[in-house]
Amino acid sequence: MAAQLQFRDVTLGYDRHPAVHHLDGEVAQGALIAVVGPNGAGKSTLFRGIVGLLKPLSGSIVTSGLDAKGIAYLPQTADIDRSFPISVFDFVGTGLWRTIGFFGGIGWKARERIVQAIAAVGLNGFENRPIGTLSGGQMQRMLFARVLLQDARVIVLDEPFNAIDTKTSADLLALVRRWHGEHRTVMAALHDMDVVRADFPETLLLARGKVAWGKTSEVLTAENLLEARRMCEAFDDSAAACVAYDMPSRAA
Amino acid sequence: MPFYDALIAPFTEFEFMRRALAAVIALSLAGAPIGVFLMLRRMSLVGDAMAHAILPGAAIGFLLFGLNLFAMTVGGLVAGFAVAILAGLVARTTEIKEDASLATSYLISLALGVTIVSIRGTNIDLLHVLFGNILAMDNQTLLMIAFNATITLIVLAVIYRPLVIESVDPIFLRTVSRAGAPAHLLFLALVVVNLVNGFQALGTLLAVGLMILPAGIARFWSRDISGMICVAVASAIVSGYAGLVLSFQTRVPSGPAIILVAALLYAGSVAFGTVGGLTRQMFPGRHLEA
Repeated sequence: MAAQLQFRDVTLGYDRHPAVHHLDGEVAQGALIAVVGPNGAGKSTLFRGIVGLLKPLSGSIVTSGLDAKGIAYLPQTADIDRSFPISVFDFVGTGLWRTIGFFGGIGWKARERIVQAIAAVGLNGFENRPIGTLSGGQMQRMLFARVLLQDARVIVLDEPFNAIDTKTSADLLALVRRWHGEHRTVMAALHDMDVVRADFPETLLLARGKVAWGKTSEVLTAENLLEARRMCEAFDDSAAACVAYDMPSRAA
Repeated sequence: MPFYDALIAPFTEFEFMRRALAAVIALSLAGAPIGVFLMLRRMSLVGDAMAHAILPGAAIGFLLFGLNLFAMTVGGLVAGFAVAILAGLVARTTEIKEDASLATSYLISLALGVTIVSIRGTNIDLLHVLFGNILAMDNQTLLMIAFNATITLIVLAVIYRPLVIESVDPIFLRTVSRAGAPAHLLFLALVVVNLVNGFQALGTLLAVGLMILPAGIARFWSRDISGMICVAVASAIVSGYAGLVLSFQTRVPSGPAIILVAALLYAGSVAFGTVGGLTRQMFPGRHLEA
């Protein structure tokens, strides 16, 4: 399978402090990958780098085989102004942005698609509700509906099942499986190892650097998890500039 | 017919009243939607600060060309952007937060503006700049107001979608489009244009009133943004009309009269609005079954 995403010695972070350190690797087209690691391991940072919200401090993330619909991203603490007066229907409809842009009309076909997406996440009958009236789980369902509508080849989900009850996460997990069946590339940051073992064939164990990446059963071993947990979370303010690996990439 | 005499005759008999009414309608059509977005983006006070910040620019226009709306508009735009950019720079490069930074720069601007006006003008000019005089409007000014309103509506239509998405979910917009930042800047430009537009009618200090008060009113009557914009525009036009009548009959200055009527509507909405109004909260009715 061709690579959809390539991490080339990528370092991502804030204020020169790395949160993801010298990551190398390839994500194959159609892969279903769980990204696992303790809090502060750099999972969210990696995703921000993938969708382009964060520029790498060094190295690069190369995407290939992407169409105009780009990458669909479901952030962790969605920066959504829930008091904004917009209905569930309109909000989910924003997922069509890449196809309709500034002025594209929303005809009956598009309306149909929006209604279908809302139904697919089990929110039928919520179309005209203001988004501020939704519960946490319903909100997450709505965000999934928008991802569904974005119809992207690559989908990045940042802790999609946090603070969600089992019924809701089971429903949403079914959507993830469906995307996998449609040969979309899906990456999800997760904490529930049972879910990872059951549904995700491939796992990246991250702890600022890559601890292990490969088949889930081979990655989620006791030693690997222990090593990930030992990672130090705090940035060292007086850390020296990192020189490891930087030289060859500059020279190349 | 006393009814006709009080409400309609002023406009059929006096041309300056007709001009004033036309101006107020144009201001409402453009300003009220801008006000709705200011409120939803939690920038109501930013609008107020900008109104003061524009003053030195408008005052320099006044100093050079007298009471000429075109000169004052250009001056106001330059000053407004200068202040917005400077305030943004100070906030981003130092420890001062954006709101404090805006507050300091608008205070400086206000002092500067009043000083500049008083160098050349009289106290009457100063009052005129601070509180406006919609009843003394020439054709050119009226055309300028209509032109600015038209431009506002066109630009607003272009940036409407990104503006809405950016208000509700900025991260999402950043992942699908680069339109967020330009839309925000254009929106700020529209705020400045409409503040300057309101100068002639309502003056520097009240120009923001016909934007924010109708938006506040609208919040109590509608749950979705298109409904809010309609309510805001309608209440702005009603305030403008009723304010002009009030001012004509009682000699209250026109600007304050318009804003006072809007304030009355606002108070009524707070009390009786169907969306979160006080009476609704106090007498919600029995709770529903599901």
